[in-house]
Amino acid sequence: MKSRENLIQFGLLIIALSTIVILLLIALFILKEGLPIILRVGIKGFICSTHWSPQQGQFGILAMIIGTAWITAGAILVSLPLSLSCAIYLSEFSTPKVRGTLKPIIELLAGIPSVVYGFMGMVILFPLIRNYLGGAGPSILTASVILGIMILPTITSIAIDSLQAVPHSYREGSLSLGATRWQTIRMVILPAAKTGILSGIILGIGRAVGETMAVIMIAGNSVIIPKSLLDPVRTLTANIALEMNYATGDHRQALFATGIVLFITIIILNIIAHTIARGGVEK
Amino acid sequence: MLKPIFWEQVMKKILFVGTAITVFILFFIIFYILKNGLAVVDMEFLLSSPKDFGRAGGIFPCIVGTIVLSLVAIIIATPLGVGTSIYLSEYTRESKLTSIIRFGTDCLAGIPSIIFGLFGFVLFVVYLGLGWSILSGGLTIAFMILPTIIRTSEEAIKSVPDYYREVSLSLGGTKWQTIVKVVLPSALPGIVTGIILGVARSIEETAIVIFTAGSVLRIPTSLFDSCRTMSVHFYILAREGISMENAYGTATILIITILLINAFAYWLMHRLMAKYS
Repeated sequence: MKSRENLIQFGLLIIALSTIVILLLIALFILKEGLPIILRVGIKGFICSTHWSPQQGQFGILAMIIGTAWITAGAILVSLPLSLSCAIYLSEFSTPKVRGTLKPIIELLAGIPSVVYGFMGMVILFPLIRNYLGGAGPSILTASVILGIMILPTITSIAIDSLQAVPHSYREGSLSLGATRWQTIRMVILPAAKTGILSGIILGIGRAVGETMAVIMIAGNSVIIPKSLLDPVRTLTANIALEMNYATGDHRQALFATGIVLFITIIILNIIAHTIARGGVEK
Repeated sequence: MLKPIFWEQVMKKILFVGTAITVFILFFIIFYILKNGLAVVDMEFLLSSPKDFGRAGGIFPCIVGTIVLSLVAIIIATPLGVGTSIYLSEYTRESKLTSIIRFGTDCLAGIPSIIFGLFGFVLFVVYLGLGWSILSGGLTIAFMILPTIIRTSEEAIKSVPDYYREVSLSLGGTKWQTIVKVVLPSALPGIVTGIILGVARSIEETAIVIFTAGSVLRIPTSLFDSCRTMSVHFYILAREGISMENAYGTATILIITILLINAFAYWLMHRLMAKYS
């Protein structure tokens, strides 16, 4: 009986290690396919060059890195004011009933497929931008607005949870000292919930960096260094998805190398989120 | 002395407006798609095959493809996910190992689908020679939804009160018997919630499917056939401008399915939590 229990425990341990094994397998295969080209071109030549013309054997992804950075920054700028006001309002000003209804609804909306968001950019934002701001439509601006909306549910939901996790005694202490609700929020609750909200924002950044299909539909995908918000750009993810089905040889390796850059970025973001969250718990 | 109260009023209004905008945008998207799509959807749209690359006809093969692909993913991911959550919540205290497993799960949850797609393409499609097939796609999607299932099941297992376990153990049940006969049945609604959320995520997925399962527009007859899911079909219709009408129709079915699935999952989890708290 005892040995059977031990066997089961051992089996479960092996299963529990599966996520780690999968993570390592992903890293291994992406590295195996992509690393040779990085070593040949040099890290600097790969990351710091803006020349991407696979036919001529030029593989520089700086334009894509810049494209990704612009769109992600834009998405956060669009998303933060809305998601934070939503979270603060629902957590601190609304009745529990309103919060109990709206929070699950907002979370349900996180389930809308990303291609639908991309499609909304095409049919709603393209004409608006063409008519009022000029340009063709596909641009940093379009992609930022759509991605910003896409990550709204993620950030809002985590921020509400962090605000709700602040002990009630904090609120009561501050209010009993004569502070208004807003003063309490600004000086007591937000600082206490800061770590949770920050890790939510970082998860949102991760989603924006990693989004592929929606971005392909609305960012324009030109390999250029953008000069204005209305210029089309290509992201790292789009670069992989657009060229993978016909790439061979060095070109294919370069796409996997693009994947390596993406993978490392995401892991770093996760480490930051993890460290912030743990710091919050220890405090 | 009026100032702080004044600010309170101003901020409250600003926050309210922000909330209203957020909720409005999200509702607008659903409303807009349904408004344009519901007219296209009828039984024929659901049950007939596409003609002329999707310009006419229905989406039946895509519905079949979506169902089969998520089923395969779930069948692979469920034992791994539930096993992991049992190990994490029943067999260990918080240690170095569990924190590594948790970190691995978080990282896996954050990895963009395009990376899963690349990985599944090299490992399953090319290296193991499975080709663009339901099996390659299902395996890759299973890896992507694993974190969702682990987290939800763990939460469900943890919500089972300790005295349930104590009673079983004091009656002479072994640890495994306690888990199988007491803990898992009590946590079942929560575990099912995790699986349902996993189904929803695999229905939404586009990039992985294109990279590992392909986009062949035929009803699959074996696990080694390529298939096209509704998300992929919608993407191709919209991006290549094949048929806006059918794109709206497909998006309508997609959104209704996902919202129903998510709402059901939420209701199930809510019931479980209410029962034990």
